[in-house]
Amino acid sequence: MSSRAKPLLEIGDLSVRFGPVRAVDRVSLQLAAGPFGLGLVGESGSGKTTIGRAVVRLAPISSGQIRFEGTDIGALRGRALQAYRRAVQIVFQDPDNSLDPRMRVGGSLREALAAHAVVPRGQAAGRARELLAEVGLDPGFVSRYPHQLSGGQRQRVAIARALSVRPRLLVLDEPTSALDVRAQARVLDLIEALRADHQLCYLLITHNFAIVSQLCEQTAVLYLGRVAESGPTGELLERPAHPYTQALRSAVPEIDWTARRSRMVLPGEPPDAANPPPGCVFHPRCPLAIDRCRTEVPVLRTMGPGRQAACHRAEEVLAGQPTGSAPTAGLPQVAGSHAAAWRSARPGTVTGRITPPPASMARARLAPPSLSRCGITPAGPAVHAIPGALSCGLLASGSQRRGPPDDPRIRVLTARQDISSGRVLPVIQ
Amino acid sequence: MIEAPAPFPAEAPTLPRGQALRRGLAANPLLVVGGLAVVVIVLVALFAPLLAPYPGDAGNATHPFMVLHAPSAQHWFGTDQVGRDILSRVLYGARVSPLIAVLVLAIASAVGIPLGVVAGYFGGWVDELIMRVTDVFLAFPALLLALALAAVLPASLTTVTIAIAATWWPWYTRLIRGQAASVAGRPYIDSCRALGIPRRRIILRHVLPNSVTPLIVQISLDVGGVILTASALSFLGLGAQDPTPDWGLMVSEGQTYFTTDWWVVTFPGLAILVTAFAFNLLGDGLRDLLDPRRSLLP
Amino acid sequence: MRLRIKDLAVAFGDRQVVSIGEFAVGEAEIVGLAGESGSGKSMTTLAILGLAHTVGATVSGSIRLDGTELTGLSQRELRQLRGRQVAAIFQSPAMAFSPVFRVGQVVLGALRLHGMSRAEAAEAASRAMRQVLLAPDLLGRYPAQLSGGQLQRVAIALALALRARVLLADEPTSALDVTVQAEVLELLRELRERDGMSVLLISHDLAVVAELCDRVAVMQGGRIVEQGPVSQVLAAPQHEYTAELLAAVPRIGAAPQDRGPGHV
Repeated sequence: MSSRAKPLLEIGDLSVRFGPVRAVDRVSLQLAAGPFGLGLVGESGSGKTTIGRAVVRLAPISSGQIRFEGTDIGALRGRALQAYRRAVQIVFQDPDNSLDPRMRVGGSLREALAAHAVVPRGQAAGRARELLAEVGLDPGFVSRYPHQLSGGQRQRVAIARALSVRPRLLVLDEPTSALDVRAQARVLDLIEALRADHQLCYLLITHNFAIVSQLCEQTAVLYLGRVAESGPTGELLERPAHPYTQALRSAVPEIDWTARRSRMVLPGEPPDAANPPPGCVFHPRCPLAIDRCRTEVPVLRTMGPGRQAACHRAEEVLAGQPTGSAPTAGLPQVAGSHAAAWRSARPGTVTGRITPPPASMARARLAPPSLSRCGITPAGPAVHAIPGALSCGLLASGSQRRGPPDDPRIRVLTARQDISSGRVLPVIQ
Repeated sequence: MIEAPAPFPAEAPTLPRGQALRRGLAANPLLVVGGLAVVVIVLVALFAPLLAPYPGDAGNATHPFMVLHAPSAQHWFGTDQVGRDILSRVLYGARVSPLIAVLVLAIASAVGIPLGVVAGYFGGWVDELIMRVTDVFLAFPALLLALALAAVLPASLTTVTIAIAATWWPWYTRLIRGQAASVAGRPYIDSCRALGIPRRRIILRHVLPNSVTPLIVQISLDVGGVILTASALSFLGLGAQDPTPDWGLMVSEGQTYFTTDWWVVTFPGLAILVTAFAFNLLGDGLRDLLDPRRSLLP
Repeated sequence: MRLRIKDLAVAFGDRQVVSIGEFAVGEAEIVGLAGESGSGKSMTTLAILGLAHTVGATVSGSIRLDGTELTGLSQRELRQLRGRQVAAIFQSPAMAFSPVFRVGQVVLGALRLHGMSRAEAAEAASRAMRQVLLAPDLLGRYPAQLSGGQLQRVAIALALALRARVLLADEPTSALDVTVQAEVLELLRELRERDGMSVLLISHDLAVVAELCDRVAVMQGGRIVEQGPVSQVLAAPQHEYTAELLAAVPRIGAAPQDRGPGHV
């Protein structure tokens, strides 16, 4: 990353371990001074929440450093630590438990103000009302208990509490996942407004690409505690450099369904964090995995100005394959379809099935494979594989669309692709 | 989640405190009844010398010619095996048994709650250490500990109080520790830590109030239990000694006469029953009152 | 029409929470019931299943399942229909499976309750597991040993094994990771295409509805404010509430306004 200005927060090679589990594994990120937003995108187990907690010193740092304005936060004590706590705040995901149920809203806010003596005691009540107004709530809410507010309102109170100390950096851990659509929109608009008013810098943790798209200049995609790729948000979403980003992007349901591209369905489940797969941790589920991915851990490399990706085949992914891959010449294709290939637990043996699209929809869908050979269904014409995939599933064609699953007329084929020539060679079993 | 929609008050009640208090009490009949009963018991204890028809009977008096008289106009509750008026003794007993119970529970809470909160909040080796010590104390049945103490201390109500308290506090530690651990993991505690709020305040102002509610009900239920335990110890001769008008002692002493002279056991027994019940109601009512979600109290 | 609802009213005492004039789910159709929390969509599900009384609500109106009127039936009769004719999966799959039983015991138990012999039940269960692309031996596991996505698929397998014609899915993917959600939605689509199952999908997530459903009904305050084919309703909403909901959904591509001086 080119640094025209010194970063406000610098996470350097951060690792957080809980026993045998590496929740965060050598992650490096940077946040510039506000207004600025960095999105951390990932699913459960990606380590994004742990990173957020480590930044506010709620999670222990096993190795690496987090520097705020150049100072190592792990070394802070006493007054310096209090000053840091004032500068960096966090808002949590669960609006139901983010406020003490026995304390009125006003009390919660005044407590935050008192912790840092933000205003003289006499003015605390007034400032609490102002804070509520800032987040778009009726100042009269100071006398209410949390259970008397809706989820969205509670979340905004939590934001007000975090803002009461006027932090420079705000960590937002899935701030809207538990909220209704309209409440979510209001909270997102609030964050955008606060960003402009207070020159706020924030670390936005979410699984939703649309949110980072709206609020973050930069985004990092995490998988199992490691950075898969990072870069300017718009570019990252337009032209991903990592297959996981592609898969994640294509898995997110979208309203503009007519503009939808292909759907890549990732097989299997995220791996066990205590026992990560060797080599690239994503390789068991990756449609582009090759031999090298099984043995060699990909290093985060620069793919362009401000862009980094940890994938052996990042160039190919970046080079303009639309999400879902281009067809290889010479292989039959399902009309209007996009294909995805995958690996199974036993290399070389894969099952899967393809259902041909109904005439009305111009899209074929691929179902995730099972781990053992079962679930065969009659299917349409064969589908080709993404070039470079080690094996893919092809099925013999059948005429029925809705036959019984164990139809003996169905044969399972597996294929191996010659990486150099790109030809797919079927192997009938 | 499928759940019945919760009632959502359109605006928060902003009544003046007095009026709101009355509203809260009106919605909580249990609290009112229990509270009144407890007040009555306390008043009885305070004014026993004025209320008892034969105050001397609560002390050393014996009336050999009035032994085991059935309830009558002169002795509403009858007389016991040495001729003492049972009504007077029951009234005076209100000073003894509930007082023991209150003292025991106060000591048990004073020891058990802080240990439980600290164990729950800090976890780790602090938790381990405290819980292991708690386990050691839990292993002692009250009676055995009392016997051991009686060997070194003179048999008296004080001994009984200490002995029972020593075996009671571990239950409270255990109970609170689970609650405190659960509360300590909640996001609002994390947010307090992230705000740099001092640990002491977090524990006292947030963890403790949110952990203590189940204990309040438990304590009120325990009043009856303590009274019975104290009476068992008195029965063994380790606690109240004759002529102290301890209800438990009265029940024990009256056992042998139960089939023929039922009143010797019944009235002290009823007194224990009523007292325990009153405290139970009070406890239930208090729990409801203290829960901001249910109470109408602002 | 597999499921037809007419003049349905669900109330708590004198407080109406659902008031639907007309609503139907046809054969091999996925219909979405969209709305925010408190809109009454979950209560509607309970009413269809005949379970509204368990939360203290009263139901009036007509709910016809394959022609059979549900609102007058006794609990015993309803129990025979539940699972067999209409199955349901909920947001938290962990709630559907008691943690002390292996999931296979729950599945087989349910199948046998509906009259299958032990052998038939085992056969149907394995077949269904394969249909949802899970190895049948996963039935031997406890719920804690399976992930959320796997549990949800077992719940769907149970519905399949019972050969239910109508599946009520109440926020089936809200608690799941995005990629797992994609798999489960894919599976629901499969069920519609391969087995002709009708699905009533209740969701607060309009994007999920847009992806999966053929038709959608938008609920607010217990009423359906708009319904129709998904492409129409979402592209050109007639009611302002629908428009509000759509406008509130964040879209990919709306980049932050200013890049700020500290752009690194």
